[in-house]
Amino acid sequence: MSISIKLRAVALGLATVFAVGTTQAADITGAGATFVYPILSKWSDTYNKETGNKINYQSIGSGGGIAQIKAGTVDFGSSDKPLPPEELEAAGLAQFPSVIGGVVPVVNIEGVTPGQLKLTGPLIADIFLGKVTKWNDPAIAAINEGLTLPSKTITIVHRSDGSGTTFNWVNYLSKVSPEWREKVGEGTSVQWPYGLGGKGNEGVAAYVKQVKNSIGYVELAYAVQNNMSYAAVKNAAGKFIIPSDETFQAAAAHADWKNAQDFHLIITNAPGEDSWPIAATNFILMYKQPKDATRSRHALDFFKWALENGQQQASELHFVPLPKDLVEQIEAYWAAQIKL
Amino acid sequence: MSVNTGTTAGEPLMRPMSAETRRAHRDAFSDRIFRRTVAAAGLFVLLVLGGAAFSMLWGGRDAFLTFGPEFLWSTEWDAVNHRFGALVPIYGTIVTALIAMIIAVPVSFGIAVYLTEVAPTWLRTPVGAAIELLAGIPSIIYGMWGLFVFVPFMGEYISPWLNDNIGEWPILGPLFRGPPLGMGMLTAGIVLAVMVIPFISSVMREVFLTVPTRLKESAYALGSTTTEVVWDVVLPYTRSAVIGGIFLGLGRALGETMAVTFVLGNAHRLSASLLEPGNSIAATIANEFTEADSDIYLSSLIALGFLLFVVTFIVLAIAKLMLSRLNRQEFAK
Repeated sequence: MSISIKLRAVALGLATVFAVGTTQAADITGAGATFVYPILSKWSDTYNKETGNKINYQSIGSGGGIAQIKAGTVDFGSSDKPLPPEELEAAGLAQFPSVIGGVVPVVNIEGVTPGQLKLTGPLIADIFLGKVTKWNDPAIAAINEGLTLPSKTITIVHRSDGSGTTFNWVNYLSKVSPEWREKVGEGTSVQWPYGLGGKGNEGVAAYVKQVKNSIGYVELAYAVQNNMSYAAVKNAAGKFIIPSDETFQAAAAHADWKNAQDFHLIITNAPGEDSWPIAATNFILMYKQPKDATRSRHALDFFKWALENGQQQASELHFVPLPKDLVEQIEAYWAAQIKL
Repeated sequence: MSVNTGTTAGEPLMRPMSAETRRAHRDAFSDRIFRRTVAAAGLFVLLVLGGAAFSMLWGGRDAFLTFGPEFLWSTEWDAVNHRFGALVPIYGTIVTALIAMIIAVPVSFGIAVYLTEVAPTWLRTPVGAAIELLAGIPSIIYGMWGLFVFVPFMGEYISPWLNDNIGEWPILGPLFRGPPLGMGMLTAGIVLAVMVIPFISSVMREVFLTVPTRLKESAYALGSTTTEVVWDVVLPYTRSAVIGGIFLGLGRALGETMAVTFVLGNAHRLSASLLEPGNSIAATIANEFTEADSDIYLSSLIALGFLLFVVTFIVLAIAKLMLSRLNRQEFAK
């Protein structure tokens, strides 16, 4: 089996090289995060109908996307984890956000409906660290008056594959819990102290649905589609927030983009009364001085179109449109940074 | 070659030598071509195997050099701090394959014996066809069946029962103590067993059919029961082929990826209990390959792939060794 995976990776690489080598100018290739694959393929389909230009996006994962753009085999890369300005500088890359999404905690407790259970960041960290082990723990009961929770052991479900969802989730836990930051840290995959690993959002959703008294985390779309009980989480302003497209967008709007060089900002634990604390951004990576300026211009045209006209489609797929002034800031950044 | 010279020498009345020799030369030539072609086919397997193993070793050299032999027995798997060890996946791979074989070998043997010796003739073809169809089901289907059908069943009935009844036993107890999650190494082993049973049983059935009828009929004529015929005539006659079939199943169980990923729980922790989640080499690679974002991470995953080669090789070698022991004992009798 391991051989076939290796072969697949090689084939993928070859396919990319081949695609770049033989396509015409208006045929753009990108590779990276799986998180944005649904919206990018929807966009490229509509964009193709409107302009005739094709966008080929391969959802090989953020790590792969970063590697491919650095190797120069694609016109744009995509990552759920922003690269620091120094790394961008060294590789000659520009970086900007594409869409906003959000990660939500989901639980399977008998009688608990969506939004009913309240949690705080430090409490989630304690659960995932194995310090809070029962649902009727006093720490949980204290913020959930009127809700009877069972005296059952909490089963933790996390992602088994590396992912941007995990990255934003543990990034949030690291921000709110010093103990989490020290013991586990943050990354697209971490060494989980406890729990079961499900493959992909759908894997985590399936495990949480099947194991009673469990808690996991998925993107909102999966929680909604699977009718799962998501929890309200206390944000930086001290309010309990229900996850929704509006609260995700509030997080994006309140985040301090103005002072983020190369948009290097992770919008978890964002300020603002109505901000969802675990909102996530996807980032696009492109060359500042591309070898083939025509291709990069086509790619930028596509993203300009997507940011200005594609946002309705994003909402349909539970992605959140970028706030207006952020779009303006991105377009100013393009003009200043990308030399075509 | 030898056949040709044999016939010419044996002919008392010879036709002109030149035609004979030409014919012999032609035969020798085509024989040589044939021999080289099949030799190339045989060597091709070795070349592919060697090439794959070597490229894995080469890709994993970073991990082997950085962590040294500790890579083999470290239980750490920490992508944040770049510390990796292979013990948990190796353990999970071997244990799940072992559980699968413990279940699959007797069941497959039963199926094969039933189909060749006991079942009414009209039933043999449809059941035989059903087994071959089972062998053709993609592993992802087994995985989904495992996750959506079998895992809830395990979590609801089997795991709690094992925990309550066997969990307290002195030696076996720790193996069956744990939370009723429904997924874990035992579940993975059982799903693997279901997957390899068609392979093993169809091989066994084929080879049982090759036992000459007169051997079995003589045994029956001497007053043997069906049990005695199976144990004393059929099994000894086909033993090496039966073991070959078991190897085939074992190889598949060791390398199976998708189905195991679905039901194993994918947790990098070593635990004595079979009811706890674990990890296997193939599942780890499948899960983490796409987002392996540092060189040492990627290298560790490829090194795991190399270790899967090594583990498979060692397991098969041990099985071969046991087989040759068995043969020697048989001769000694």
